[in-house]
Amino acid sequence: MEDGGKDKEESAGKDSRAKIPKNLLFKCPRCGNVVFMEEFNAGLKVCPNCSYHSRISCQERLELTADRGSFVEYDADLTSLNPLEFPGYEEKVAAAQAKTGLKEAVITGECTIRTRRCVIIIMDSRFMMASMGSVVGEKVTRAFERATEKGLPVVAFTASGGARMQEGIISLMQMAKTSAAVARHSEAGLLYITVLTDPTTGGVTASFASLGDIIIAEPKVLIGFAGRRVIEGTIHQRLPDDFQSAEFLLEHGFVDMIVSRVNMRKTVSKLLKAHLPGQKLDL
Amino acid sequence: MEENKLTAWERMELIRHKGRPTVRDYIPMIFDEFYELHGDRLFGDDAAIIGGIARVHGISVTVLGQVKGHNLEENKKTNFSCPHPEGYRKALRLAHQAEKFHRPVICFIDTPGAFCGVAAEERGQGEAIARNLLEFSQLKTPVISIVLGEGGSGGALALGVCDTLGMLENSLYSVISPRGFASILWKDASREKEAAEIMHMRAEDLVEYGVCDGIIPEAPGGAHMNPQLTAGNIADFILDALKNLTQKSVANLLEARYNKFRKIGVFEEGGQIPPGSVLDDTLPGMDDLPEDGVSVSTEETDLNQVL
Ligand SMILES: [Zn+2]
Repeated sequence: MEDGGKDKEESAGKDSRAKIPKNLLFKCPRCGNVVFMEEFNAGLKVCPNCSYHSRISCQERLELTADRGSFVEYDADLTSLNPLEFPGYEEKVAAAQAKTGLKEAVITGECTIRTRRCVIIIMDSRFMMASMGSVVGEKVTRAFERATEKGLPVVAFTASGGARMQEGIISLMQMAKTSAAVARHSEAGLLYITVLTDPTTGGVTASFASLGDIIIAEPKVLIGFAGRRVIEGTIHQRLPDDFQSAEFLLEHGFVDMIVSRVNMRKTVSKLLKAHLPGQKLDL
Repeated sequence: MEENKLTAWERMELIRHKGRPTVRDYIPMIFDEFYELHGDRLFGDDAAIIGGIARVHGISVTVLGQVKGHNLEENKKTNFSCPHPEGYRKALRLAHQAEKFHRPVICFIDTPGAFCGVAAEERGQGEAIARNLLEFSQLKTPVISIVLGEGGSGGALALGVCDTLGMLENSLYSVISPRGFASILWKDASREKEAAEIMHMRAEDLVEYGVCDGIIPEAPGGAHMNPQLTAGNIADFILDALKNLTQKSVANLLEARYNKFRKIGVFEEGGQIPPGSVLDDTLPGMDDLPEDGVSVSTEETDLNQVL
């Protein structure tokens, strides 16, 4: 396949660059270590040198988390419009849709994790850095509302560059909307587990990602509010490498535990079990 | 009210005018008494957010506000009105106190954004803002927010989850400053004027989106031309809103507050689900997925250089 594709690429010129198979090696953005992609994939896309847990698609995350065949998707047909009529926004969304096969940057639905039923939210950083606009805000809100109605826990795998700038004030309001839905779910006495994955930043950190009853992070991932470059610009010096890492947040008291990808499914399912009605003391 | 013909950028220049009244100027003009309260009881006291108990027309209220300065010295004290987490946590503490004593909460928004710095990250800027969004959505007392000047990003919204949002006629409110917008989307901060117009951040725009409930007129030429007159208009807006909100039961108040934000969003529903969506049972295997992080093609790069 690679050889067959080569002739075409040469004649197609510059645009063909994307078609060259790039997946032979992985270079870790945290430590710079390079490994063969095969080995990297076999290790669940974790850097064998520094244990940085790299980004994975929402489909991969679902496969690693939910019981096979248990997932029923919610609101798969929601798509963005262009409220500010910002030039090029529709094209950007269309390109992200074509690249990922997704309609938007989050999938939501119901599944079981080692037989325990929950509502699951998975963000996908490949889709416009999983920024939160109207669709992400609406899908997350509906997921919490359905979980509240059905009395189900929520497990959210977050990843985001923050608010979707192209939607202006409307994207900002999604922070309030999702947080209010989390509040109602919490009021109903239901469990919300957040799993922070690479990168969780900006308006998503400043809304539902920081509001879990239990906040888990994958090792070495980036978690923060302000962008690193913005802060470096403010203080005029270079920040240490571990700044805004999962470990940094654990040290400062904003994460409950750091769990490796290989143990994530088991850990989440055990936490779900610990909150089943039969497991609570009747006081 | 007469139509405001100023462009968004002209309004930005107006609200950055050194003489524009700040929350500290307005408090004595709007309220009969004010007792400032300090500190978040956890870390410290952030001068970027002022809080306290005030009286207006015989009613006790809790006042919270982001504090701009008129000069460099004042702005240094308040970090140019960019709060740290302890500022938001002070606001939340005082909001809970207001709830306990059945006092309405009046928030004054006037910030380019939450402070971006090392200490702010160490103390959980994201968590502090998120917590305010969640807690204010359920606060069992009326909340009125008023944008005085700049309302920028989550740092503004942390005082903006309310029952009634008013905006001074020249104030602006959006997801980020025009400069940040231009810098992120066009990689060119110098296009901030153009960004201001395209961002739809004027009070009229926000009324249209259902975010803003009322535009408060300023003195002709801008609030700084007659602070007293502008303060009177703000007071009228607050009293009107209070009259309306205090008649509602707590349950109705919270339901309406939830719906105020619940309905904001512009999207399309229905239509085809694209092939390759997660509903397909042919999920891609690990090997078929696009690269992530920085991957290197052997066709382009000398292996030895990489390794
Ligand atoms: Zn590494």
